[in-house]
Amino acid sequence: MSFNWFKYSSPASFYGISHSIIKAASIIAVILCLLGLYWGFAKTPNILTDQKEYYRILFVHVPVAWMSMWLYITLVFWAVIGLIFNTRLSYMMAAATAPTGALFAFLTIWTGAFWGKTSWGVWWDWDPRMTSMLILLFIYIGYIALQNSITDTRRADRASALLALVGVICIPVIYLSINCPDPYQCAALHQQSSLKKIESNILIAMFIMLFATWAYSFAVITHRLRSIILEREKRTQWAQDISKDMT
Amino acid sequence: MSSTIFPVLKRDLLLAYRNSTDIVISLFFFIVVVALIPISLNETESTLPRLAPGLVWIAALLSSILSLHRLFAEDHADGSLDLLLSSSSVYQCVLAKIAAHWLVTGLPLTLISPVIGLAYNLHGEQLSTLFISLLVGTPVLSCIGAIGAAMTIGLRSGSSLIALIVLPLNIPVMVYGSAAVRASINSPDNVMTYLLLLTAMLIIALVFAPLATAAALKISND
Repeated sequence: MSFNWFKYSSPASFYGISHSIIKAASIIAVILCLLGLYWGFAKTPNILTDQKEYYRILFVHVPVAWMSMWLYITLVFWAVIGLIFNTRLSYMMAAATAPTGALFAFLTIWTGAFWGKTSWGVWWDWDPRMTSMLILLFIYIGYIALQNSITDTRRADRASALLALVGVICIPVIYLSINCPDPYQCAALHQQSSLKKIESNILIAMFIMLFATWAYSFAVITHRLRSIILEREKRTQWAQDISKDMT
Repeated sequence: MSSTIFPVLKRDLLLAYRNSTDIVISLFFFIVVVALIPISLNETESTLPRLAPGLVWIAALLSSILSLHRLFAEDHADGSLDLLLSSSSVYQCVLAKIAAHWLVTGLPLTLISPVIGLAYNLHGEQLSTLFISLLVGTPVLSCIGAIGAAMTIGLRSGSSLIALIVLPLNIPVMVYGSAAVRASINSPDNVMTYLLLLTAMLIIALVFAPLATAAALKISND
């Protein structure tokens, strides 16, 4: 049995199936989001006594934080595929992923500030995880800025792909450096990962929300990708036909 | 290998010498920034040493970035970049250009740092740590900066874009560099740890940064 791996790497054939991807992913995102929020608000115990309901921000904070990191990895994946195989669609995927990743990094910091104010009494502290999330946001912004400053699309794609690759090498180093500048004073507000200790209902709600944000990213990124495809392929006949239908 | 490095290095240094205002500008930028901060903060003698590590390192970082956009811009403008890229040893050429950039911006700043340290009320061991941390750390800044400079050749928003790209990537160097100086004030036993970490970064940067820079140059000069 032969399967053409590169069939959907052509913008035209991908555009054909993209609409159904967006539709399916949006429906999944809405359903999972409602389910996850319901689970998070109604089914979870009030673990912290004296009415500390603020911990429920976790159901947004944690999925969004994970997605912002995961999206950077997928961005780099597509960038590298683009550099190796020189496929146009891979670069477009990477370019379409960046704004959603930046948005999630920003949302992580924002929801984290709410948590910080209620739990620790400060909006912001230079805790290693917060700082590294801020730097991830900067790297996303640098990527988007470089992509948008270069008018030649081909050069913009390849230069920003290289930047993403350099960034992925630097991120662990950055994290380690701000985590432990002094081996004898590793103080952090964030605790070690406590996944194993968490009550199972909280974990379920968190994972439902994680899949909801994942489906949301899928829908939004594919939607952005459609616009990028139409914009870049505007000289081709099929793209012109579609644009004509839309107007 | 050396047959490629030295001619390029010599040429770049000669160009910098003939155009020596560039060296003076980035050095004085460093001095002015470092001098402005105590004036604006109105600190006393006892608190100044606490500020010194971070401030000197931030000033060094900014001064290194300030001069980056010239690293490849002139070669790109007069076409010699094409020659450089068509040679069989792009890696060595890029390494030589990075070395020249450091000799012109990083080294003068490192040499003057003990004087700055004195003005910040540092002494003895702390001055030498400041000097060594800059000596090892500033080449890393030039290495990472070269990648950003190569990506942004010929762009309108070039110089500010370089800063946006390069600053986040330089954070580890700044953290360990200033931590070394801070350790020399608070816990002298730990100084070596940071200096060794900085040296490790320098080695990694020297190996990989010219590769990334050469790739970026090829992309930009297509």
